[in-house]
Amino acid sequence: MAHAATHDHHDDHHGAPSNFFTRWFMSTNHKDIGTLYLVFSLLMFFIGGSFAMVIRAELFKPGLQLVQPYFFNEMTTMHALVMIFGAVMPAFVGLGNWMIPLMIGAPDMALPRMNNLSFWILPFAFALLLSTLFLPGGGPAGGWTMYPPLSLQGDSVAYVVFAVHLMGISSIMGAINIIATILNMRAPGMDLLKMPVFVWSWLITAFLLIAVMPVLAGAVTMLLTDKYFGTSFFNAAGGGDPVLFQHIFWFFGHPEVYIMILPAFGLVSEIIPTFARKPIFGYKAMVYAIASIAFLSFIVWAHHMFAVGLPLGGEIFFMYATMLIAVPTGVKVFNWVSTMWGGSMTFETPMLFAVAFVILFTIGGFSGLMLALAPADFQYHDSYFVVAHFHYVLVTGAIFAIIAGSYYWLPKWTGHMYSEFWGKVHFWNSVVWVNVLFFPQHFLGLAGMPRRIPDYNVAFANFNMISSIGGFLFGASQLIYVGVIIHAVWFSKKKAPDRVWEGAKGLEWTVPSPAPHHTFELPPVIHDDELAHGHVED
Amino acid sequence: MGQQQGAYFVPSKSHWPIVAAVVMFVTVFGAAHWLNAQPGEAGFGKTVLTVGFVGILLMFFGWFRSVIRESLAGSYNHQVDTSFRMGMMWFIFSEVMFFAAFFGALFYARMFSVPWLGGDGHGVLTHQFLWSDYAAAWGANGGGGPGKVGGDFQTVAAWGLPLLNTLILLSSSITVTIAHHALKAGHRGKILVFLGLTVLLGASFLYFQAHEYIEAYKELNLTLQSGVYGSTFFMLTGFHGMHVTLGTIMLAIIWLRCAKGHFTKDHHFGFEAVAWYWHFVDVVWLGLFMFVYIL
Repeated sequence: MAHAATHDHHDDHHGAPSNFFTRWFMSTNHKDIGTLYLVFSLLMFFIGGSFAMVIRAELFKPGLQLVQPYFFNEMTTMHALVMIFGAVMPAFVGLGNWMIPLMIGAPDMALPRMNNLSFWILPFAFALLLSTLFLPGGGPAGGWTMYPPLSLQGDSVAYVVFAVHLMGISSIMGAINIIATILNMRAPGMDLLKMPVFVWSWLITAFLLIAVMPVLAGAVTMLLTDKYFGTSFFNAAGGGDPVLFQHIFWFFGHPEVYIMILPAFGLVSEIIPTFARKPIFGYKAMVYAIASIAFLSFIVWAHHMFAVGLPLGGEIFFMYATMLIAVPTGVKVFNWVSTMWGGSMTFETPMLFAVAFVILFTIGGFSGLMLALAPADFQYHDSYFVVAHFHYVLVTGAIFAIIAGSYYWLPKWTGHMYSEFWGKVHFWNSVVWVNVLFFPQHFLGLAGMPRRIPDYNVAFANFNMISSIGGFLFGASQLIYVGVIIHAVWFSKKKAPDRVWEGAKGLEWTVPSPAPHHTFELPPVIHDDELAHGHVED
Repeated sequence: MGQQQGAYFVPSKSHWPIVAAVVMFVTVFGAAHWLNAQPGEAGFGKTVLTVGFVGILLMFFGWFRSVIRESLAGSYNHQVDTSFRMGMMWFIFSEVMFFAAFFGALFYARMFSVPWLGGDGHGVLTHQFLWSDYAAAWGANGGGGPGKVGGDFQTVAAWGLPLLNTLILLSSSITVTIAHHALKAGHRGKILVFLGLTVLLGASFLYFQAHEYIEAYKELNLTLQSGVYGSTFFMLTGFHGMHVTLGTIMLAIIWLRCAKGHFTKDHHFGFEAVAWYWHFVDVVWLGLFMFVYIL
């Protein structure tokens, strides 16, 4: 059994080094680097969240209330950049770093030093990005999509472009590492189609990252040369076209959307079977659905640009291609529900977040279908309906899945149980206030309120006030989350068993809690019935 | 040195990653400062950029030195070798996608934006209202766009230096392959001759490209500012040229390592990685020769 193959943590010869600097700055350990990623992303989640609080405070009432319009635009731009590249993506990489080697029976990531570099680029990249807020000319204020010519007007272009380059380098190296780990480091007997769905989702996500982050690098490089070196990529007088930027950006941007949701699918596919005490329904269908979504993500980018004046053929192609995505996504939602069907379910905090994910992400998916209709999108485009849509898929989708995953594995990481009571308080506050925050934005958008404005027609006042109240309370609820984590790491007395959850299957539950500094130094002998998907029907 | 842990090799702690993150930050911070300096303002951007760039070179030197030492000490087993191979392959794939962005811009400009500015397509009003006298064309008579940004220019003829450079790069791909076969057969003299030849071919490619750039700027008035034609021409060939420079440096280092006897016929991933990179650079050039110069 795998347990015998790992050192028990009290006689572990290769424990964590005691020197703080050596341990955290020069690490080659996937668990320490995973922890760094997770702590960093939590920090960024609160920095990005504080920007969101500024936005909601300004929008609490019509009229300019608190901040200048330019600063408001900086806040919307920075909120998005920080949340996407600083909070969601590093959180997934952190979870992958921690769990992929444990789930496939590997001693570490395939390229441990590069792993450390991937992480340490990020704090510098975000220091560079956030420093622009304090520059004389201010930070980027043209939206996170950086459309020219608007985005080229600021003085911060070079800083933002280089920060994006650094983030891209970090993501590409992280993705290369994950692919090499999964393809090269699996324990004997861990066949590809026995891997946990989370590992599968990361394998496919890593491919997407390597395919599109360089395209983003190319797009922002063209912005840089247009601004500082006189090129004409996006200048019509020179034969270029601002719309070209949108094409290149969204060729990156749409796969990026799935980069932020496929690992969430993987997390939910781990959590629901555990608490339903049933194997996942349709394991292979889940894997193929992720692969299909990844493929389709490359041929739908122009649905972000329906209103830009595309040729009719383009509108129609991208509309139908986008709608096709509903098929594999529907398969996934169906399978999660079928996994729960007839299971002996319990609702610990991770399961609560996972179930909320299934319901609320599906709402985000449905509003996505509405937006996919090109003729209807002419009305919805750049309205608060779009804001509501992508916050449902990103907050109640990606972020809820990350929170679910963190509660699910927190006892494995720390060796202590978190407080179930406060976890549930966190959940119910989050799930109520997030809906108060984002649901009214659908109505605002359909009534015609545009996004990215600091002031609005008084007709929109009531829903905005409700949304802002939800926003403040949702933000405050996340402080409970920090409290639960701090308690679990340093103060909880309740020891976690190896197999933290009764229904949990998979190699990560065969090692002690907390997971020793080094695990699987000898490949575990794998018995199919220990795995979540050891007996896949053909 | 790393440790053999159980059945696996896990590298030991290293300060190079954090050094790398710092020097990369210093470099881009300096570059951003430099770009934002007001005309005539002294600024510290250039100095910081230089420091960062030198730091990057030293970092590469130090990091690769420790990797080479570990490799020579026999620390790297078959599994580590496979991880390195996958790392290099996916890195090259990311490079392909980087070039894809610029090729995409080139195709878009030629197929869509320039024809649309010339009045092609339905409901394209820019032509009608802004530049109704602009006749779309690529190259000298329209590639500068309707505003003739950068002034009139001539294009580089495909069948002069570019053809010569194509032949040079194609031959260099052959010589590097001959060197690889010699390595597998254990003929060190032959390796050094053919790998040395590859380095010389790479360097001569760069010499001719520099020549071509000077001619373009001085005689043809073809510059980076020459509308979207100049933008795509110089960005594509420029990024390719940087990759050839890097590849040539890497080949030269591999030549030194061959001379010192670092590689055996079964264990020479460093050689292969650089050879793969060189072939990648070659393939990108074929795309450039076809779509930038000939067509």
